[in-house]
Amino acid sequence: MKILVAIKRVVDHNVRIRVRPDGSGVETTGVRMSMNPFCKHAVEAAVQLSEAGHGDEIVIVSIGPKTANDVILTALAMGAHRGILVETDADLETLAIAKLLAKVVEEENPDIVLLGKQAVDDDSNHTGQMLAALTNRPQATFASEIKVIGAELEVTREIDSGRETIAIPLPAVVTADLRLNTPRNAALPMVMKARSKPLAVRPAAEFGVDLTPRLIIDKVSPPAERAAGKTLGSTTELAAYIAAEVSQMEAL
Amino acid sequence: MSVLVIADHDLGQLSPATARVVHAVSTLGPIDLLVVAENPAPIAAAAAQLAGVSRVLTASGSPVADSLETLLSTLAVRYHYVVASAGSGGKDVMPRLAAKLDIMPVTDVVEVLGPNRFTRPIYAGNALQTVTDNQAKHVLTIRASAFRAAATGNAAPIETIDTSVVSVARLIAAHRTQSDTPDLATAQIVVGGGVALGSAENFQLIEQLAKKLGAAIGATRAAVDAGYAPNDWQVGQTGKIIAPDLYIAIGISGALQHLAGIQGAKKIVAINTDPEAPLVKLADVALIGDLFEIIPQLLSELDKTGVKR
Repeated sequence: MKILVAIKRVVDHNVRIRVRPDGSGVETTGVRMSMNPFCKHAVEAAVQLSEAGHGDEIVIVSIGPKTANDVILTALAMGAHRGILVETDADLETLAIAKLLAKVVEEENPDIVLLGKQAVDDDSNHTGQMLAALTNRPQATFASEIKVIGAELEVTREIDSGRETIAIPLPAVVTADLRLNTPRNAALPMVMKARSKPLAVRPAAEFGVDLTPRLIIDKVSPPAERAAGKTLGSTTELAAYIAAEVSQMEAL
Repeated sequence: MSVLVIADHDLGQLSPATARVVHAVSTLGPIDLLVVAENPAPIAAAAAQLAGVSRVLTASGSPVADSLETLLSTLAVRYHYVVASAGSGGKDVMPRLAAKLDIMPVTDVVEVLGPNRFTRPIYAGNALQTVTDNQAKHVLTIRASAFRAAATGNAAPIETIDTSVVSVARLIAAHRTQSDTPDLATAQIVVGGGVALGSAENFQLIEQLAKKLGAAIGATRAAVDAGYAPNDWQVGQTGKIIAPDLYIAIGISGALQHLAGIQGAKKIVAINTDPEAPLVKLADVALIGDLFEIIPQLLSELDKTGVKR
C-alpha cells in the first residue's frame, strides 16, 4: 500500500505572532518556522500504518518555497521514504494547493492520502476536503483513530457531538486530529539518513494549474485587546460578581 | 442575491447555531434553509419559525460530506451564497463543495461587512483577516458564536426535495456524550476546567457549578487528553470556539490554543493558584487560591445570593 502525506511549513505554533503595522499580513521573516503540528500527526500516522504492515511506501509532499525542504526532511527522518517539493514562492490559497495536490495524487496514485486537519497559520481546515472532492475520493476528516480493514478504512472522527466511527472504501483521504497519535522525535541517525533519501523538487508551474488567488486580502489586523481586570479578595466577592453578571444577563 | 443555509441538527433537533447563522447572513438576501436528516420534518418545523427564512427545503438521508456535497452541487446553481455553520459538519462538507464548484470558500466568518466582504480569524484568532470575494458564488461557513440568534415567530413554507442522499461512508458507531447541559458553542454561561482538577471524579465539581448556573461545561485539551472530560467539551483552537456572556475558567492556566477558543467571551472569571497564569492576567476578575477550597465555598455562597437559572 502506498501512502501520500501532504505537509505544510508554518510559523512555529509556539511563536507569538505579530501583525505587520501596515496591515499587510503577519510577520514571518526572521520567525521560527516548523512543520504544522497537525501535519506531524499525519506523518506519524503514516509511519505507524507502515510499521503495522500497511504501507510499503510513504511519500511526502509539500508546497512552498525552497526552505520547505526542511519540513520534508523532518518527515523523512520520522520514517517516510521519499519527498516531493512543489516549489513556489507565491502565497497560495487552499483551492490552488488542493489542485496541485490533486495532480500529485494523479501521478502517484496512493491508496491513502493523509493530511493534517488544518494549518495553524490560516486555520482554514480546507485542503483535505478539497483534495477529496477533486480526486473523487471519500474522506474522513478530524481522525483520532485509523484502522485498515481489508480494502476499507475504519476511522474514528472527532465531531461536535462526541466521536463517530465510519468505514470508507480505499482509496481515500484522511485528515488528522491531535489525538490520533504522539508524533516521534527522529533520532540523530534517522536525521542523517533522511538527507540521503530521494527528494524531488518540482516547480509549481510544471503542473499546469491556475494558481491565481480568488480572494483579495484587504487587511490583517490584531484582535481587540482586553482591558486589565482585577483580583478579588474572597469567594463572597466572587459569588456577588457572578450573581450580578447573571442578573444582568436575565435582564437582556 | 439568494442564500442557501444548511441547517445544523442533532438528535432530531435543530441546533441553536442555525438561528445564529441565519441572522448572520440575513442582510445578504432571501434565505432558503435546507434540512437534510433521516427524519427532517420536526427539524424543518423548528427551522420554519426563524425570522428571515423564506422557505425550508427538506431532504431525507444522512448528511455525510460526500452525499451532501452531491446534493448541494445540484442546488447551488440557484443560489449566490451557500452557507453553513463552522461546526464539524460544515467544516467537513463546505470545502468539498467549494472545490467541486471551483470556488475558494471563506470560512469561519466572524463578521459580514457587506455582500462580498468578510472577516475571519487566522493564527488561532491572534489576527483577523478581512477579504473581498468577487467570485460568482460564495461558499461560506459562519462562526455561530460570533453572532446573535435570529428571532422566531416566522412560518416559512416547507417543501420536500425529491432526491436520494447516499454516501459511500458507513456509520459503524457513534460515541455520544450524555449531558443535559446547554450547547457549549452557543451557551450564555460556560464553566471550564483544566488539568488542575486532577481526575474525572474531581471534574464533577465543574459540573456541579455549571448545573447551578445553567451553564455549559468546557474543558482544556489537556483535561480531555487526561480523560477528565469528553472530547466534545474541548474549548480551543481545534475544539469548540465559544463566546458566552460569562466564562468561568477554573484551574486553567491559558495556553494559546485555549485562549483562541474563548476570545469572544464577554466577561471572564479565572480561579487559579497562579497569579501569573496568562488566563488570570486576561480575566475581568480573578480569584487566587485552591479550587478545591474555592468551588465548594462558591457553591454555597451562590446559594446565599439566590442565583437561579
